[in-house]
Amino acid sequence: MTNLHRSIGAAAVIPLAAVALALIFPNQQAFLAQIAITALVVLSLDLVVGFAGLATLGHAAMYGAGAYGAALYALHVWAEPLTGLIVGGLAGATIAFLSALMLMRAHGLTFLMMTVAITQILYEIVNKSRAVTGGDDGLYGIVMQPLLGVFEFDFYGRLAFWYAAVVLWLVFLLLRHIVASPFGLTARAVRDDGDRVATLGGNIFGHRVALYTLSGAIAGLAGALSAQTVQVVGLHSLSVTFSADILVMLVMGGAGRLWGGLLGALVFMMIHHYAAEIDPVRWMLFVGAILVVIVLFLPKGLFGGLEALVNRLRGRAPA
Amino acid sequence: MYSLIASILIDGIAYGLVLFMVSVGLTVTLGLMRFVNLAHGTFAMIGGYAAATAITALGLPYGLALICAALAAGAIAYGLEIALIRRLYHRPELDQVLLTIGLVFMGIALSGMMFGNSLVPVRLPEFLRGATDLGFRQVPTQRFVPLVMGLATLIGIWLLFERTRFGIRLRATVDNPRAAGELGINTRRIYAAAFAIGAALAGLGGVAGAELLPVEPYYPLKYLVLFLAVVAVGGPGNMLGSFVAALLLGIVETAGKYLAPDFATIALYALMLLVLSWRPEGLFRRTSKT
Repeated sequence: MTNLHRSIGAAAVIPLAAVALALIFPNQQAFLAQIAITALVVLSLDLVVGFAGLATLGHAAMYGAGAYGAALYALHVWAEPLTGLIVGGLAGATIAFLSALMLMRAHGLTFLMMTVAITQILYEIVNKSRAVTGGDDGLYGIVMQPLLGVFEFDFYGRLAFWYAAVVLWLVFLLLRHIVASPFGLTARAVRDDGDRVATLGGNIFGHRVALYTLSGAIAGLAGALSAQTVQVVGLHSLSVTFSADILVMLVMGGAGRLWGGLLGALVFMMIHHYAAEIDPVRWMLFVGAILVVIVLFLPKGLFGGLEALVNRLRGRAPA
Repeated sequence: MYSLIASILIDGIAYGLVLFMVSVGLTVTLGLMRFVNLAHGTFAMIGGYAAATAITALGLPYGLALICAALAAGAIAYGLEIALIRRLYHRPELDQVLLTIGLVFMGIALSGMMFGNSLVPVRLPEFLRGATDLGFRQVPTQRFVPLVMGLATLIGIWLLFERTRFGIRLRATVDNPRAAGELGINTRRIYAAAFAIGAALAGLGGVAGAELLPVEPYYPLKYLVLFLAVVAVGGPGNMLGSFVAALLLGIVETAGKYLAPDFATIALYALMLLVLSWRPEGLFRRTSKT
């Protein structure tokens, strides 16, 4: 297979998967939209965890900023979806940029703690600014105008799903491009040996700030999508718990690979949807055990495991 | 005015000493053994549950319950070190973070199943109930429990590190594991023991602080940031640093609660953020002597 074929094939995966999912679960489109939105925020997290090698428990800060930004914009300025999406992305990027200025000289535990601190401060500010954000009631009653002036948002979440899937697809294509670009390669070089990059004249700090801001913009898009399609924004979108959830999804799928994030979000959301309603306590036990097992036995996540399996089968099959 | 300051100081110092007892093991794990353990609070919770069970179900006196708490937390930590944690000392930080978050989740779920989701009180003996008159103010007598135990921990840890053979071996092991191993020190056993001792101290802290940080299934997650903050602000590996940081954070949060309850959390996190962006290695860097 040539590179061109490969990339066309890869680009077709998300649309095909979306059509397949829509056919298999015709009555669950709102839930499918949730999966697409979650996959988008997990992708953005992969830029920080997988490509920059930084463990964060504060990614919700940017997602929440996007969600609240888009919700406030829709409630008070203009309920048009696409400009709202851009507002959400900008909100996420702004929070990411400002926190990156503080964060990007730190690493390891210090970095982790600072991401938690920033998220908690934002959470508390939003919680206390009742007049603007609704406090712990959240913001509700967000009614969007038709998408592109034509498509109405429906009660069943059909438009929501296609809207989210298209945004996810476009961002995925963009990220595939970025990851293979000199910028993406530099990110991996900084992760693997920052000192050497610095010796070669690279601006590590600037590079990490740019990467974090990009990640924040995408997380903000996901937050905005969530606000527009669920029509409610709550404090959960800014919580450390949510940050931990998406980290689990990323690791489950496989950090450092864009496919891994998508797969992790899909599998986690599916299991959660069917298992958590039975018993939330056992669900936690399950998630914890999954994490332990993956770290010990499948360090590259489900996607890495699948890939190894496929390679092994291919190697054994007659050429 | 003075009585307000006195209240803040007394409560803040008691709170800070609880934080110190729980976190001192974490500073050893994080700073010296270089293992990022987000599950450390679990050991404090185990201590709390063990003591509560010993007192309520078995009818043991408070002193024996404390020993039960330390033993339970230490033994479980020792088992975990041998079964899981030992395999991750040389793996990337991210893996350590993920494994220990997994342990936190499992700990929450298991304690919820075993003890229910409500707060579990650790019943105090008669002589610790009521109030003590300090001349200018009545102080709940139980506030002295963390005070006495926290200071005892500080002295005990210092003696253990500076004055015992175990301390010498541990310091040798963390400074240069290979050389220590070649000199005949069983470095694996030293690590396991250090991990278990840290957990046992956290278990004691969980009991001593049961009034301030109530024992419940979500304990390890709820106060995780607090314990990590003590270590990060104090400088990982620096025990005296952790002591100062614990008192500082304890007093700041208590002051926040007295003066502006709405903003106590923000103040705590803002302080942490400021300190860490000003000094990413913490207030006190660990020197090689510890």
